Amino acid sequence: MSYQMPQPKSLPGKSYFILFTLRYLLRKMEISVGEAEKRTGKNSVNMQEIYTVYLIETRPVDAVTEGLIPAPDSLWRRYSEFELLRNYLLVTYPFVVVAPLPEKRAEIVWHKLSADNMDPDFVERRRVGLENFLLRLASHPVLCNDKIFYIFLTEADSRLKAMNAAFRVKNPDKRFTELKHYSDELQTVVSQLLRVQARVADRLYGVYKVHGNYGRVFSEWSAIEKEMGDGLQSAGHHMDAYAASVDDILEEEEHYADQLKEYLFYTEALRAVCRKHELTQFELEMAAQDLTSKKQQKEELVTGTVRTFSLKGMTSKLFGQETAEQREAKLQVLEQQIEEGEEAVKEKNTESNEFVKTAWVDIERFKDQKDRDLKEALISYAIMQISRCKKGIQVWTNAKECFNKM
Amino acid sequence: MSRTIDDVVSPTQTNTIPADISGQMLDLDEDDDFEVFSKDSTLADGSMFNASMQTSPGSMVNQCKFEEDEDGDSKDIFITVDNPESHVTAIETFITYRVLTKTTRSEFDNSEYEVRRRYQDFHWLKGKLEEAHSTLIVHPLPEKFVVKGMVERFNGDFIETRRKALHKFLNRIADHPILSCSEDFKVFLSAQAWELTTYKKQGPGFLSRMGETVRAVANSVRGVKNRPEEFTAIQEYVEDFSNKISSLDKVTQRIVKEQKEYLEELKEYGPTYTLWSGSEEELAEQLKGVAGCIERCCQETEEQVGHLSDTLVPVLHEYVLCAETLKAVLRRRDNIQAEFEAKNEALATKKVDRDAESSDLGFVWGSLLGKNPEEARHQRQERLDGEIEELKVEIDKLEDRVEWANNALKGDWVRWQRSMRGDLKSAFLSTAEKNVDYYEKCLAVWETFLLSQRTEPSEETDRDNTS
Repeated sequence: MSYQMPQPKSLPGKSYFILFTLRYLLRKMEISVGEAEKRTGKNSVNMQEIYTVYLIETRPVDAVTEGLIPAPDSLWRRYSEFELLRNYLLVTYPFVVVAPLPEKRAEIVWHKLSADNMDPDFVERRRVGLENFLLRLASHPVLCNDKIFYIFLTEADSRLKAMNAAFRVKNPDKRFTELKHYSDELQTVVSQLLRVQARVADRLYGVYKVHGNYGRVFSEWSAIEKEMGDGLQSAGHHMDAYAASVDDILEEEEHYADQLKEYLFYTEALRAVCRKHELTQFELEMAAQDLTSKKQQKEELVTGTVRTFSLKGMTSKLFGQETAEQREAKLQVLEQQIEEGEEAVKEKNTESNEFVKTAWVDIERFKDQKDRDLKEALISYAIMQISRCKKGIQVWTNAKECFNKM
Repeated sequence: MSRTIDDVVSPTQTNTIPADISGQMLDLDEDDDFEVFSKDSTLADGSMFNASMQTSPGSMVNQCKFEEDEDGDSKDIFITVDNPESHVTAIETFITYRVLTKTTRSEFDNSEYEVRRRYQDFHWLKGKLEEAHSTLIVHPLPEKFVVKGMVERFNGDFIETRRKALHKFLNRIADHPILSCSEDFKVFLSAQAWELTTYKKQGPGFLSRMGETVRAVANSVRGVKNRPEEFTAIQEYVEDFSNKISSLDKVTQRIVKEQKEYLEELKEYGPTYTLWSGSEEELAEQLKGVAGCIERCCQETEEQVGHLSDTLVPVLHEYVLCAETLKAVLRRRDNIQAEFEAKNEALATKKVDRDAESSDLGFVWGSLLGKNPEEARHQRQERLDGEIEELKVEIDKLEDRVEWANNALKGDWVRWQRSMRGDLKSAFLSTAEKNVDYYEKCLAVWETFLLSQRTEPSEETDRDNTS
């Protein structure tokens, strides 16, 4: 069957074919992020959601040059999986400047129509960005050799899902996911609150300051009046005082805003903890997946069947089976690897559980602190408003008395 | 500069009129007045008197109350302007207002009248009153056109603002001891629409009015030479007052604008707290509480802005227009005096002419015509004498007119100052009261919230104690 490699809408001058060396069987590989599709499914808190998945296609360059154009290996991955990969690389290669991912949300919107992650233009731009990301990694001398990266590119989605199901630790996961949602929401809402509060304060400043003009005009007017003069003059002074009082008021508003800002910045720290959890979880899952893959390879070797369509399977079909000794040797290696793999999985599991336990203790502490602090902040805000109202009452009562004398 | 008009117009001067102008009026000989004001068309500042001046000021005043009554007890005429309605004709669309009058005054046939009037009619009335009483201060009408554009004419707020101003306009005239006796005023309040149209058509024709206007312009160009000190002082005051009141008008409108923008932002602020409460558990109640407080303060702010727009803004605007009216009144007074001065100068010139030796030209001309030079000179002198006598009579009338105009203005000036003070004082008082009320209400809102927060900790400690 004929297959047309989709052309990505990359930046001009960017080479579509990136060459890199690979420790394993292949020397060169083509990578592309060809398409995007919508999927529905249940998320970690068991709610229905719609998300976008992207098609990763890989094909060894060798096969093309030899005249064969086999279908590319392909798998679907969603944005969050790219995030997991990047986080893993950040931690594993701390000395490397790891390429960034494209925007998670449509943060900076040009036409203010919608900040919609489902918007086709946004999805398309993201697809290009993700492909760019992978190509960057693939062209990096150190990162391109990473095993996890390779698995990310080549191992099928369904296997990963199965692994997830077998090894997921249910409750903590949910809590961390909820926590991440909460911290995103908190960040969004507090940012918005601070923006509106700043605008409100700005307008309030305008109102108070214009009253200062009353002070000036009353004073000038009082000079040409006889009976009204005194009343106007003193009323003018009160208007000046009113206008001046806004400076203190705004200072207090700033102080309140700072208290909110602290929690805005805290959300970053919360997200860091969630990321760490995701990472340990990911490592656990990767280890588990590796183990399963090894077990499967062993099975294939033993039974002689080929499960998936892979180049390896094809080459063995084309070029014949190995000898019995070769097979036996391979089997022994595999069994060793399986034993090691099982140890690794156990270790990662423990690590993950420990992390969850200790992290959650601190998160509970943080939540209590946050509730206390913000409650106090809200009370102090109310006190601030009361003080402002009292000042207003005083000024206008005084002004009223002056007007009475007019 | 800081000397006020009150310093100049003091009650001790014999020329000034006390607050009720009536005293001065009665001093005038009624018969003379009848002559002066009904037959002689030159004594108004350039415009003909019409039916409204058939009766002399003296006799008119006899029909009116002398005392200025500010309180409602002795008020004998009540006018309301309300019920604006749209009228659509083939040519135009316009608004009419219902003018309801209740009165016990004897010159009215009925005790109640209900008529419909449009802005044009009010404008006509104002013109008539100013014609007849050029140096009295007539309260201003709302503006004829809206600066922003004609579309705004039929906007609800605009109509309501206009209605209130028209209501005030009529009531101010009703309160005025002289203006309220005007025949035009009476017709305005009582005549049916078609009657009014007929009535309006009376009076001097277009051409004669043009002629008078030209004269008025000529006088104003000439200028007044010996303006009494007190009127200069009034003029200076009016200049300053006009500047100050315009500034206040602008400042107040700016405050309204800033308050409205503040309100817009505040309206977004409350819902953000509500949004946040959706993400929280422990804090949800408080956040919703704060949101509620902000929303209630929004309502109070909206009310406060409304009050400012309804109470202070219109009054300031009215007095901006008043300042322009005052300037016009002072100009008209000046013109009256200018006309008098001009005639005086003409008299002096004629006298010089008469007393001079016969000019060569006259002698030559006379001899050309075959006249005896002696006879020619005598004829000329007789002619000039006649003219001088006529001028003297005219000048006497003009002098009376100047004096009458000055006294009218002085009296009305005192009256105007008093109403200005009353109006502005009450408008500012009302604004200050509303602001106090606004802050008190907001204070109550936040204090209630605070109370609800403060009680909770004690509940918690109770729970802790029992657990």
